[in-house]
Amino acid sequence: MTISSDHISVPLASMIGQGTIRAQVAALSWEDAVDHVGALLVKAGKIQPGYISAMKHVLQEMGPYAVIAPGIVLLHARPEDGVLEPCLGLVTLSTPVPFGHSQNDPVDLVFALGAVDKKAHIVALKQLAEMLENPDVLDKMRAAHNDLELIDVFD
Amino acid sequence: MRIATLCGMGFGTSMMLKLFIDDILKAEGIRVEVVPWDLGTFKGQQADIVVAAMDMESHLRSTTARLVLIKNLVDKAEIKTKILDAIQSLSSEGPNRG
Repeated sequence: MTISSDHISVPLASMIGQGTIRAQVAALSWEDAVDHVGALLVKAGKIQPGYISAMKHVLQEMGPYAVIAPGIVLLHARPEDGVLEPCLGLVTLSTPVPFGHSQNDPVDLVFALGAVDKKAHIVALKQLAEMLENPDVLDKMRAAHNDLELIDVFD
Repeated sequence: MRIATLCGMGFGTSMMLKLFIDDILKAEGIRVEVVPWDLGTFKGQQADIVVAAMDMESHLRSTTARLVLIKNLVDKAEIKTKILDAIQSLSSEGPNRG
């Protein structure tokens, strides 16, 4: 998937990869869920460990508005909080957990976004948003039993 | 008329909303300025309509702009309905609101 634009932008396919997604994780709380997806991105060399606490901090300070749609959270913090490379992590939860949103709880699709500047990832984000608007895509993500099935949803 | 999209961090949801709203307005033939803001730059700025994710209201109490809160940020239909409603009702209130 590519969208033409006149600035250097990062398409979704290059931001998400096998090392940054995990299917059917058992998380006990929202913090646990953030830790899980954060650990994937650290291991893949995309973020520094500090970015995980930054993402939690954003949720605690700003409130849970990052639960952008029913069951879906888009975790993020600032580039200077520890992003090494543009990245998108995804963990699907075997049991949804509440994040405190007034309407969109509980969450079972946990996305984590690492951007290096304000513009480069916008195209990827728009592509992701368009995918998430499609209920078939959401069903497939939730039905994926393992990482390979999950990454297939993005092809 | 100016529409501002709001995010906590200044990228992410405000840019995504701006892109969606730009598309919606273009399809309707409506020309309105859409600017993405974060909570830091938003104070003291002027807009007629402020669009934000639901659950951000507590940060927006100081604005006199019309507030449009979106429950599902990836639901273009919801965004379209709410934004067109807001533009419509502002237009019918007449120009020069200040």
